[in-house]
Amino acid sequence: MTSLFEEITSPAASDVPVRRVTITVNGRPRTLDVEPRLLLAHLLRQGLQLTGTHTGCDTTNCGACTVLYDGSPVKSCTMLAVQADGHDVRTVEGLGTASELDPVQEGFKQEHGLQCGFCTPGMMLASRALLDRNDDPTEDEVRFALSGNLCRCTGYQNIVKAVLWAAAKQRGRAPADAGSEAPPDIPPEAGRDAAVDATQGA
Amino acid sequence: MFPPRFRYEAPRSVSEAVSLLRDGGGEAKVLAGGQSLVPLLKLRFASPEVLVDINNLPDLAYHRVGEDGALHIGALCRHVDLERSGLVAAQQPTMAAAAPMIADPIVRTRGTLVGSLCHADPQGDWAAVMVAMGGQVVAQGSNGRRTIALADFVTGPFQNTLAYDELAVEAVVPATRGELRGGFLKLERRVGDFATAGTAVAVELSGDRVVRAGIALSGVGGHTIDARAAADSLTDGVLDGAAIARAADLAAEAAEPRSDHRGSAAYKRHIIHTFVTRILTRVSTTESKAA
Repeated sequence: MTSLFEEITSPAASDVPVRRVTITVNGRPRTLDVEPRLLLAHLLRQGLQLTGTHTGCDTTNCGACTVLYDGSPVKSCTMLAVQADGHDVRTVEGLGTASELDPVQEGFKQEHGLQCGFCTPGMMLASRALLDRNDDPTEDEVRFALSGNLCRCTGYQNIVKAVLWAAAKQRGRAPADAGSEAPPDIPPEAGRDAAVDATQGA
Repeated sequence: MFPPRFRYEAPRSVSEAVSLLRDGGGEAKVLAGGQSLVPLLKLRFASPEVLVDINNLPDLAYHRVGEDGALHIGALCRHVDLERSGLVAAQQPTMAAAAPMIADPIVRTRGTLVGSLCHADPQGDWAAVMVAMGGQVVAQGSNGRRTIALADFVTGPFQNTLAYDELAVEAVVPATRGELRGGFLKLERRVGDFATAGTAVAVELSGDRVVRAGIALSGVGGHTIDARAAADSLTDGVLDGAAIARAADLAAEAAEPRSDHRGSAAYKRHIIHTFVTRILTRVSTTESKAA
């Protein structure tokens, strides 16, 4: 099957109008010619080969394609790529580096917040948006903020724990809080539990 | 899935947007939040020739109380703006209750109240709220502006009375005469699903007497239902147990539910009765405005 993006990046038929857009993706400006009907999710995945953004339901239900658009979580399967012209987009590839994970990524690792991993990029970006606004959320606030992201494996419990772990880690690190607050409230056994769960294939 | 081909226009002013709609001659669609339109495009239920993206009109992102005392909500005011609004929390109890229940948190980042009204989904939450509030839509067309009561705005499922060259620029919640109280309750199988049944209630009190009331229902008919008889039964009376029971009976009667995978007709009617009773009881017994 030919992707829409391939259709339009190979020399477009003369009757197919394309628009030149410049989108800052993970801090880097990218200039592309796109057909207006191209979805942001397709531009990221096929056009820029950033396949960390997943397309799950393709019907605005599941949130697997969530990215940050000017810092706010959006479903990239429900936005046109042309709408991102001049805007800032952050995907899971821009969340951290292999040597320095975002606290959210670390939390998902420590608390075993994923099983198959398909929903995870969307979960983590929605979590990042929450912690950017509120770095001390209650469990209810975490559940509320993630209620647009579906997971079919975990039952959500460890995802919620992962976000609370990340929040604690983030508070411990925040320069404004340095010295004035106790170290992050991370249960010492968290890492061990995750390892046990993983070996059991839970 | 991806949308069919269309011409994309991103006007920089309302007048430019209206010109594009006029030139589109009925084959143009307005793109605001896109949280209903983009899925419809992808499913090929909609295939406009021209898409007029109004997201570059940031002057429409407002919600504010005007000199007329009414609340004005611009076409680019997102659900999340209303959900986090101090103004709405302090002054609009029915809207404040509904805002966090619209769709899901990520859809609320993009979707707009005015777009939701224009989409005219029979299960739309905002339409029920706005009918209960006596709300209006302001349309800007080639020949000027007009104000349309929400009751006249929606003509059927996914149909509104906008002319092809008209842009819905704002929604208006009229100034209140008494102390505004109200609430919104929705039964949904999971976050983001359409309402099994939803109820919006707004009452204005002067002392302990009701000076205006509105009750509207979503998910229990082919359109948003204005439970006018139920609301009128409250007007000029006191919100006591008998009045609440009568209003709940009349609202349940006004519902036109059908049995489907979300529940039986009798069940949905029961839910409406319960919701009206619950909101009015809270409104009558609490000092707080939210119910």
